[in-house]
Amino acid sequence: MSQHLLELSAAQAVAAIRAGELDAAELFELYRSRAAADPLNAFTWVAEDAAVAAPAGAPLAGVPAAVKDLFCTEGVPSQSGSRILEGYRPPYTATVVAKLAKAGAPLLAKTNQDEFAMGSSNENSAYGPVLNPWDRARVPGGSSGGSAAAVAAGLAPWALGTDTGGSIRQPAAFCGIVGLKPTYGACSRYGMIAFASSLDQAGPLTRDVTDAALLLRHMVGRDQNDSTSLELPEEIRLPSRGDLKGVRLGVPQELTGTAGGIDPGVLASFEAALAQAQALGASVEPCTLPHAPHALSAYYIIAPAEASANLARFDGVRYGLRVAGDSDLDTMYSRTRAQGFGAEVKRRIMLGTYALSSGYYDAYYGTAQRVRTRISQDFQSAFAEVDFIVTPTAPTTAFELGAKSHDPLAMYLNDVCTVPMSLAGIPAISIPCGLSDGLPVGLQLAGPAFSENALLDAAYALEQALAFDGRSAWAGGGAPA
Amino acid sequence: MLERQQVDHVARLARLELSDSEADTMAVELSKILDHIEAIRALDLEGVQPTSHVVDLVNALRADVPQRSLTPQQALAQAPEPTDAGFGVPSPGQGAE
Repeated sequence: MSQHLLELSAAQAVAAIRAGELDAAELFELYRSRAAADPLNAFTWVAEDAAVAAPAGAPLAGVPAAVKDLFCTEGVPSQSGSRILEGYRPPYTATVVAKLAKAGAPLLAKTNQDEFAMGSSNENSAYGPVLNPWDRARVPGGSSGGSAAAVAAGLAPWALGTDTGGSIRQPAAFCGIVGLKPTYGACSRYGMIAFASSLDQAGPLTRDVTDAALLLRHMVGRDQNDSTSLELPEEIRLPSRGDLKGVRLGVPQELTGTAGGIDPGVLASFEAALAQAQALGASVEPCTLPHAPHALSAYYIIAPAEASANLARFDGVRYGLRVAGDSDLDTMYSRTRAQGFGAEVKRRIMLGTYALSSGYYDAYYGTAQRVRTRISQDFQSAFAEVDFIVTPTAPTTAFELGAKSHDPLAMYLNDVCTVPMSLAGIPAISIPCGLSDGLPVGLQLAGPAFSENALLDAAYALEQALAFDGRSAWAGGGAPA
Repeated sequence: MLERQQVDHVARLARLELSDSEADTMAVELSKILDHIEAIRALDLEGVQPTSHVVDLVNALRADVPQRSLTPQQALAQAPEPTDAGFGVPSPGQGAE
């Protein structure tokens, strides 16, 4: 019976519950017990009790969601993967999580992540690395690695993540699932423990494109508690497109060559998927994003700069860790932060503080902001010629634990294909497009701001043709071998 | 190349106590990252406006209607040193600037 329930996508489970064929409480308990076993260290907290029954007629019908640790959840630990917030139980719930609960998707679990969402491998969590269900010797990607691994392994029906420079899309690619970063502002950031405020955006990690559309539909909307949130021009629809006739796909030369560090196996899988898109009627043409090769540099100035300001709040005064002894106030700040933050967070605070410091501000931060303008203009020019940009989501498949953790720059290069879209604030989705040496490869589709419905439709059509089967990862969610 | 002295200065600005060996490592790692980043300073960006934010919204204010906020007890519940009057902290002492 439970294997049968596991076969259902989240959207199928919603439909089954609404049709009276499935008991929401039974589904919750199946996933709750699978998550509680946690063979991948994907969770930092799992519900102990059955969920409060979803309101009658709730559109998500009680199909529970796993939520990245950095979303504040009232009374439930919300630690953002950091020692400095160990045991922190917020007095309020993030808007997106509250919206999902109201729509009938209760909280199943909180997922492990890189500390403050800084990382591409989930090895920066203070609570230990998450393992990839396809191969437990490998990373799940990051920073939403727990959410991606949980969905891929069948430990959660669907999950919430956040994406600042690729933190939804890259782990989705590494774990063989779907991950969508919406247009900046589509989802309220209220209650998301901030990393880089001009880039952070919540989004779904799901088994398939339909699930992503369904979850996103209940996440979006203007929120008076986030002045950068906005109303989308139209409701998110469930995708239904069967072909790609008339769709123009642009392949940016800057992000798709082996010269750009893309692994040959990834490139082969990507190109096979493009051939499928053509068979569905799409045109595939080269395009150019001239400033894309500089996106990573701009990102690694802007994001740490914003982070250094956002993380100033962790000072041992209002919540979280305090390391005091008999020291004075200033020493208490410095020692609390020294013991509470991990190495990568310290590195980025240092980088950001340096980039914003007197005498360097314009040379670094000002320059990066101008590059950001150029990158947005590049996308605008490209979208005058094509409907969507397509790239591999990440330059490699999931790498081995420890392979890059001692080389920060090598780790940053993981984000080369995802960061440009983040800087431009445009929506992008990663879908699994095949395997390379037995590991999933992600294909990224990006569209203009507010093109979510068209993007989901195109991704859906391609998904049907590619017919990727991720079920072999469910075994990775079973008891440790 | 970032000098050790600069690292100490930035760590001070960031209120981050670094051990000697941490500061040395930081100097090497940050220098490597900055070397990579430096390339953008060679771009011709004359006349390009900076983007601080991609959403073109101004004065996105909510209606000025009173609403419930956290009680003092809720706000103090997670504090390392709650007091009747608020958040307790060590004395500013000699280290204050």
